[in-house]
Amino acid sequence: MISLRGVYIIWLRDIKRFLRDRARIIAAMAQPALYLFVLGTGLGAAIGRSGDYIKFIYPGIIGMTLLFTSIFSAISIVWDREFGFLKEILVAPISRSTVALGKAFGGSTIAMIQGTMLLIFAPFVGVSLSFLMVLKLFAVMFLIAFSLTSMGIVVAARLKTMEGFQMIMNFLMMPLFLLSGAMFPLKGLPEWMNFLVKMDPLTYGIDALRYIVIGIHSYSLPYSLVMVLSFGAVMISFAIYAFNRQN
Amino acid sequence: MSIIEVNNLTKKFGDIEAVKGISFKVEEGEVFGFLGPNGAGKTTTINILCTLLNPTSGEAVLNNFNVVNNPNEVRRSIGLVFQDPSLDERLTARENLEFHAMIYNVPRSERNERIKNVLEMVELSERQNDLVRNYSGGMKRRLEIARGLLHYPKVLFLDEPTIGLDPQTRNHIWTHIRELKKKENVTVFLTTHYMDEAENCSRIAVIDYGEIVALDTPSNLKAQVGGDVLTLKTGNDEIAALRLKEDFGLDVKLVPSESEGTNSSGIYFEIENGDKFIPKLIKEADLNILSINLRKPTLDDVFLKLTGHAIREEKADVSTFHRAHMRMGRR
Repeated sequence: MISLRGVYIIWLRDIKRFLRDRARIIAAMAQPALYLFVLGTGLGAAIGRSGDYIKFIYPGIIGMTLLFTSIFSAISIVWDREFGFLKEILVAPISRSTVALGKAFGGSTIAMIQGTMLLIFAPFVGVSLSFLMVLKLFAVMFLIAFSLTSMGIVVAARLKTMEGFQMIMNFLMMPLFLLSGAMFPLKGLPEWMNFLVKMDPLTYGIDALRYIVIGIHSYSLPYSLVMVLSFGAVMISFAIYAFNRQN
Repeated sequence: MSIIEVNNLTKKFGDIEAVKGISFKVEEGEVFGFLGPNGAGKTTTINILCTLLNPTSGEAVLNNFNVVNNPNEVRRSIGLVFQDPSLDERLTARENLEFHAMIYNVPRSERNERIKNVLEMVELSERQNDLVRNYSGGMKRRLEIARGLLHYPKVLFLDEPTIGLDPQTRNHIWTHIRELKKKENVTVFLTTHYMDEAENCSRIAVIDYGEIVALDTPSNLKAQVGGDVLTLKTGNDEIAALRLKEDFGLDVKLVPSESEGTNSSGIYFEIENGDKFIPKLIKEADLNILSINLRKPTLDDVFLKLTGHAIREEKADVSTFHRAHMRMGRR
């Protein structure tokens, strides 16, 4: 039922559109730069550990970029619905599962490109990356991006218009980001928050990134990866299911 | 063997029955028209035939494939031009066509040739590398028709293909459709609520409130009206109608009023050799006649005769409510 050729075609369209939109690529660099250098410097100074803090949040900011880009890419399905192009895809002779997978790979590729672009900040935050580290980062970034894009597709399949997007931003993306430990260590938290942190799949993704980049971590690398992988498997299944029920 | 066979097809949206058990056949190479007002069930039927909606009951077979059981085979056999645009506006015209050719598995060796041909057909070759967002409405529609033909479909569905377009572009598109039929023997299935457009069809199914009320060639449908149509404006339509019934034995009907406060805006009736009847009418009938209009029957008259209401009658009554629901249903 799933055709690789079909996945490739859907993927290719998303990539073409992304590469055409240079302004968006540059703009997507601005937000992480602000968080990293302004918030990082400010908060770091406040706790008296300026350099360490920037280093600490650097993997978190990469995770944030993956999160935002993945969800935005998936939400483009809602634009496709509004502009009618989704119909062209849905009546095409490829299965709905193929469409969902193509979208998941397209969104995760775009998120990975954006995440990779953040690696040029490494020297400015005092992190030195080896070739092997970069390879490991690619693998982990792909896992995170794929899971999050799949989650975005599940949401987008339900969302009929862009009006609901503000809700997604406030009730899904911001909580996922803030609870992930991107901006602070996951130590000495009250029990209620600890629980929410553990429920957040991004927690494990960012922990794995941080493990690779600066060696600091709350969980073992295999544990984090298994958590992200399981979340991704569940989400892509939901995404395929949701797409098969599209009318 | 017919290219499309529909048996007792129904579709319900909640309590509303949008399509009420329709049956019809479409032969290969025909230009088959669905004529009816907005909300009559045209788009719902098309959506079922192109596998976007599942029917509530009944059966539809296209190119020997059942639309419910073999959706992928059906999709491969059809080309679609939707009522609303369905292009990727952030891609160029050419990229839109390439995407389509790839997804419909047009062999790589033929892709460029076919894209070149369809672009020439709709006269968009020179603008093929422009982003679609910079296209006008007519250009978009033409591009969509080109796209619908790229994979050599057996049946091309056109849902209100010329809605909102200027007359020049409408003519242009119709020229393409006729050419297509001649060159590729494509079966064309279109919906419209423009009567003059329906005249271009080989056969027309008149659909109203989810039911097919007539199915025939345009000339046979018009023959049902019988003779000419004579429309009179008079000082008092009710009295005039009564007199004409008594004195001439005519079946006189009131023209539905276009303005508030009056019941009718004239009367009309069918009559053989209307041109010879006019002098007689003026001589013998003692009526306050303000104007007389004689014309050959059109599909508007057919529709009025079959359904009892005009096709573009839009009043705030039950039917509008019904139609508003239909529109929601087909999103």
